[in-house]
Formats: sequence, structure tokens, C-alpha cells
Amino acid sequence: MTAILVSELRKSYGEHEALRGISFAINEGEVFSLLGPNGAGKTTTVEILEGYRARDGGDIEVLGFDPARAETAFRERIGVVLQHSQLWPNLTVAETHRMFAGYYAEPRDIDEVIQLVGLQAKRDDRVKTLSGGQKRRLDLGVALVGDPDLVFLDEPTTGFDPRARRAAWDMIRSLRSLGKTILLTTHYLDEAEQLADRVAVLREGRIIGQGTPAELTGGTQETEVRYRRDGNEVVIRTKEPTQLLHELTEQAIAEGRELEGLTVRRPTLEDVYLLLTEDAQA
Amino acid sequence: MRLFWHQLRSEQLVFWRSREAAVFVFLFPLLLFALLTAVYNGRIYDRPASWALLAGMLGYGAANTAFAGLALLLISRRELGILKRIRATPLPTSTYIAAVLVSIMIVFALQATSLFVLGRLLKSTPWPSHLLSLVLALALGAAAFAGLGIAITSFIRSLEGSSAALNLVVLPMAFLSGSFGERQRYPAALRAIGDVLPLKYLLDAVNAIYLHGRELWDKPTAVAVLAGWGAFGILVAARKFRWEPREG
Repeated sequence: MTAILVSELRKSYGEHEALRGISFAINEGEVFSLLGPNGAGKTTTVEILEGYRARDGGDIEVLGFDPARAETAFRERIGVVLQHSQLWPNLTVAETHRMFAGYYAEPRDIDEVIQLVGLQAKRDDRVKTLSGGQKRRLDLGVALVGDPDLVFLDEPTTGFDPRARRAAWDMIRSLRSLGKTILLTTHYLDEAEQLADRVAVLREGRIIGQGTPAELTGGTQETEVRYRRDGNEVVIRTKEPTQLLHELTEQAIAEGRELEGLTVRRPTLEDVYLLLTEDAQA
Repeated sequence: MRLFWHQLRSEQLVFWRSREAAVFVFLFPLLLFALLTAVYNGRIYDRPASWALLAGMLGYGAANTAFAGLALLLISRRELGILKRIRATPLPTSTYIAAVLVSIMIVFALQATSLFVLGRLLKSTPWPSHLLSLVLALALGAAAFAGLGIAITSFIRSLEGSSAALNLVVLPMAFLSGSFGERQRYPAALRAIGDVLPLKYLLDAVNAIYLHGRELWDKPTAVAVLAGWGAFGILVAARKFRWEPREG
């Protein structure tokens, strides 16, 4: 089943064309990531799908609804984490969850949700006493309290320290295991690589690459082998890493030499991304 | 209806939990009343000064609470992204706005009641004799100011400085409308400005009812002008209201 279907979506702000006809489909239960630099059109896309903005052209269907019509039945089934939003500083974590739970016909138990996002210890503390990472977890809790089928996460880990990012990633994985469909925007390549089933790379309002991280990084890409010889860095890119490594190690053993600092690196999404965005610039 | 009560309870919780709002919006008119009656003696509008100042603070309180207080509350929620966040939930916009309006009216009703109690304690001011008329007049005034309060949020860019800007509207308006004393002695030019302001007409009605034992329906002009200002506010709000902070 398809959760989100986007076809030739267009949006302009005055003269500026933010989206120039993008198309993609997201399956139910899938984590789909929109990846791209700032200003690529990620947030515009998400906000159209959430029902915040009107589109100028193209067709979209989200859980079978047209978000532009803002139906209650649609809002019952989505959860939203916005890029910049805060909640009431003087309410407690539990009160905030309870307030949002009241908006839904069939909310989840708030203590279950608070536990899911790891804020049990902060349950009765005021929102203003939370750290930045805890506030983002509160945002996520509030997005989940209506037990949505589809969750929009707009740059959920921007500004996190590495530990908080890992924790957020674990949480997103646990959402996936609950069967939720997740649309994640990020400008962190490793985040998309870690979490997404499929990725669309967005640049200047166009999709310039789409597929699973393995599809995007596999195929034509070359493996990179690095080592140091006489203090100099040697970098070899090859499509046949097994053959190359065999030759290198055989020679080194024969000469009684160590291949210092030997690394073999599969291309990351970052390489693909840079390659794609270079192409787009040419 | 369940959603309305849920949101009304939430609004009350949020309001009273915020000490700054509660002090600035709720206590300020009470404080002003205590200060003014401590220094003004004699008579205003042919009644003891404390009676007239009580009526004046009811009017000022309506403007300060339903106009400035409501505007500040909405602007800060817009800045924080709370308004935008709420729009993604199944809570209908009309239910949300209705709960916000009724909530601020409850705050004002408590404030007005407290003013009468304070007046009684400090200066033995009388209880209102025409209660129905007074309640209707204050409700109409607060509703008109609430409409204008929602409207003005569209013209204030950010939270920064908005409290000062709103006071720059409310305090001179209260002065020109006669919240702090008799307008008859003002220069004609200042009186003329006051004559177009909604607070002047709310005070006309409250003074007539509380000080001179009249009914609200004896003051059709005041009712019409207040209703007009309220309708104007709601019209502007419906066309210009913004849910999100302005970009950049």
C-alpha cells in the first residue's frame, strides 16, 4: 500500500521556484528520507504534505487524502514534528502530552508515550527545564500521542550532540518497528543512510537521485583503498577491490613490509551526494 | 463540545501557570486601582472618586486583558510555533479560537469581580445595582476588545517589543477615554480623539450603569459603537490573521 504519492509537485514563492515538479512514492511502513542542502525544498515539500501550504501544481495523495482540504480524519492519522517549534514553557511534560492527547479521538496512553520517548524521569517537570534534546523528544512524544499512521519528522536531530543523535535514531527505528510510515527530512547524510529504507536527494527543487541507500551507493561507484607508503598517502579507487587488495597484500608480504594505515572504504551516501550535486552544478 | 471544554481547561491552565501573564494582565488594573484611590479624593462625575475610578479600571481592565493580554498571548504562541503545531492536530480552528476567547473572558470576569471586592475593602464602594446591565456591558466591551486584540496581532511582527507597543496603545487610550479621571476638563483636541475610541463608549456605558443607576439599553450609541469596533476587529482578523511567524 502507498502512504504518500507525489506527482509533478510544483510550488513557487513569487519569482522563486521552490519545487520544480518532483515525484516520489512512499510505501506504508517505510522510512523515506528527503535529503538535501538547506533551501533545496525539503521543508516546502513536507509542509505541503502536512497541509500547511497550498501547492501550485501536481497531484498529491497522503493516506488517501488531499492534505489541502485539511480534513479532521486526515489530521487524526498524522503526527508532525516541525523544524522550529516549541511548546508551553510552564506546563509539565505530562500536562503537555495530556493536552495534545485530548485532540484525538483515540489517543495512546500518555505514560506509554512518555516512556517511548524516554522522558519518564522528566514526567512532572516543566518544559522550560528540559535540555534541547529533551525538548525535541517532547516534540516527538506530542506527535505520537494521537497514535498516527504517518509521522513527519522535519530535521529531527539538527543541533543534537552525537549521543543525543544516536538516541533519536534508536527512537526512530523503534517507530518503524511499530509499523509507522515515516517521512524524514535531513541534511545529514549519515542519518539518511542509517535510518532510511529509501532516499530522495533534493537540490534546487528537483529530485536528482532516488533509491535505497545501497542502490545509490552501489553499482557504478568505486571502492576506495588507502594506505601510507614512505610517509605518503596512497589512494586507489577500484571496481575490483578483491583483486587489488590481493595484489597489494601479496606484494607487501613478499617485501616484508606493513601497509600502514590500510583502509578500505565503500562509497558512502556522502560521496554519491557530492557526485550528484556536482553533476547538477555542471 | 468535548473538545471545547478540553481546550478551555487547557487555556486556563496555561494562563495561570504563566506568572508574567497573570501579573501583567490580571493584577495590573487592581494595583492601579489601589494606587489611584490612595491619591485621588474628592468627586468625579458627581460621585466619590473611588466609585468612578472603579468604573474606570473596569474599562481599562477590559482593554488591558481582552485586547493587550490576548494579543500578547497569541503573538507569543505564534512566535514559539505553538499555533502552527496546533493546526496539525484534529482540533478545529473555530473551537480553538472560541476556547481562547472564552478563556480570556473568564480571566476578565474574575478580574472585574476582584475589583469590586477590592473597592469594597479599601474604599467601601457599593456593589453594582443593575448587575445584568453591567455584566452585559462588560461582556460586550471585552468581546469587542478581544476581536481587536486578535486583529492587531497581524500588524505586530514579533514578540520583541510587542508588550511596549501594546501599552503604547492601551495606556493613552485609557487616559483619553477617561479611565483615570473626568474627560470634561481635557482640551477639546484630546477629547475629540477620545470620542472615536472604543474604550470611551465602554466607559460611557459602565459609568451610566454603575454610577448613575441606568441600564445598558439607555445607551444605544455606546452599544452600537462597541459592536462596530468588535465587528471591525473580527473582519480584519478573519482576513489578516497569521498562524506562523513572518519569515526572515
